[in-house]
Amino acid sequence: MPKLITEHRLNIILALILLIGPLVAHYAEEPFLVTLATRATILALAGVGLNIALGLGGLVSFGHAAFFGLGGYAVGILASHHQTYQPLMTAPFVINGTNQMLILWMVAIIVSGIAALLIGALSLRTSGVYFIMITLAFAQMIYYFAISWPAYGGEDGLSIYVRNAFPGINTLRPLDFFLLCYAVLIVVLIAQWRMTGARFGVALQAVRQNEGRVAALGLSPYRIRLAAFVISGMVTGLAGALYADLNRFVSPTMLSWHLSGEIMVFIILGGVARLFGPVVGACLFVLFEHLFGSFTNHWQFFLGAALLAVVLFARGGFIGLVAGRVEHD
Amino acid sequence: MTDPVLALSGLSKSFGALKVTDGVDLDLKPGEIHALIGPNGAGKSSLIKLVAGELPADAGAIRFAGRDIGELDQVARARLGLTRTFQVSSLVPEFSARGNVALAAQARRRSVFGFFRQVATDPDLTGEAMDALERVGLADRAGTRVSELSHGEKRLLEIAMALAMKPRIFLMDEPMAGLGQEGSVRLIGFLDKLRHEAPILLIEHDMDAVFQLADRISVLVAGRIIARGNAHEIRSHPEVRAAYLGEDGA
Repeated sequence: MPKLITEHRLNIILALILLIGPLVAHYAEEPFLVTLATRATILALAGVGLNIALGLGGLVSFGHAAFFGLGGYAVGILASHHQTYQPLMTAPFVINGTNQMLILWMVAIIVSGIAALLIGALSLRTSGVYFIMITLAFAQMIYYFAISWPAYGGEDGLSIYVRNAFPGINTLRPLDFFLLCYAVLIVVLIAQWRMTGARFGVALQAVRQNEGRVAALGLSPYRIRLAAFVISGMVTGLAGALYADLNRFVSPTMLSWHLSGEIMVFIILGGVARLFGPVVGACLFVLFEHLFGSFTNHWQFFLGAALLAVVLFARGGFIGLVAGRVEHD
Repeated sequence: MTDPVLALSGLSKSFGALKVTDGVDLDLKPGEIHALIGPNGAGKSSLIKLVAGELPADAGAIRFAGRDIGELDQVARARLGLTRTFQVSSLVPEFSARGNVALAAQARRRSVFGFFRQVATDPDLTGEAMDALERVGLADRAGTRVSELSHGEKRLLEIAMALAMKPRIFLMDEPMAGLGQEGSVRLIGFLDKLRHEAPILLIEHDMDAVFQLADRISVLVAGRIIARGNAHEIRSHPEVRAAYLGEDGA
């Protein structure tokens, strides 16, 4: 495949576009476009999370909405207790609600990490189609639980009346909130970039390519995959936390299998296992939704056509098309 | 007499009615090459899989370095220093040759949870990888992707990965397969010296290699050891000539 530009340079250009676009929109007084970019940024982060499992580890999880939704509900539930001044629990110790994003994010990461540990520990005993189905089944269990649990809105969802707070930033302003989400995305991407070339990332990619060889070398493929699945779930959970604050609303939709599918679509559009694959994919997704969605309800037809084109003609997704194949040591 | 590093006793394995390993007793002493020969389908590779822990044995014991390892899984046995090479090269295809050996060096350190320091610029891992590649004569191909290496180069890379594991014994499943005349001769010379680093249980079809290298040869036919001895004894063993080498012998 021809290589127009190194992946590293392409990534920097993409990161700049995602930063400059909303800045321009802000000064052109188009706050809606800033919010749209924020949505793309957060969905990208959800995709980055899945990409660690799916791209680097070859673990086709069809249940990542579970972590996205759990992150969202962690924020929604704690924020609702902050609004009503009712403690979340009083025994054996008191847990109060909070509106501090830093705490909410930590909680979202921990909750989704624990969920990923439990789901992963069971699901990773299977592989292939069974793994896809069992991750889907776990996500659906959580989805139906959220629907049938009236305490936090059930099917109607749960509103967050005022966006949660971050020290030194007015999160109510669209641009401030965008920059916060953007900074989180960039920090996670840098961490993933380092991880990919570090011992864990190398072992994970080796497990994807030749599990038997890794076991013969005395490293446990199961443990490596489980750790990757947990990290992956935590990142997607963090995205869910941001998404809850973007919409100031959480609902079971965040847990639905449609969302699991959409996150996967980001990765396939942008490029599986490519650092910026889900970023490109999520931006394209949001762009399609906005552009075609404005004149037809059937905008997903165009998304489907694009997806088909990528799968048939550009297996490496957008990044693969422009920057060629993955370089490894 | 030195104690064996590896000792199999009464090792058995069946797939349904087919006995692939039938009461095998076999040991490997420090500094020796013990060759396992036999016709196709005799159960040689299955025996390696039983020892490496890829297959569970039905009966019998495996003692390694003085302890019973029958209950340990493949990963645990590899960690004890039981390193195998594969009959069909088993490598990480998207990694470079150096990347594959560095992975073995990393595995020997049992190091997985490093998230920041880059393997490619880690002098410990890449240095060891280059040493191993140099020893098998692949240093100039270090940066080449495995999928672009020739068949013979992949065979050598298998050996390099095993070297980087610094094992206590080598289990080698047909290392000469597909190496060609010149490559085989070089590898024979290499294995001849390697036995002093760690003993080798060697499965090999190349009889010249076996008769040159092996201190002892065991002949496996239909899962059973039918003969054992040095090269001279095996060459002249009537049952072996009948079952394996062909009536006119070697």
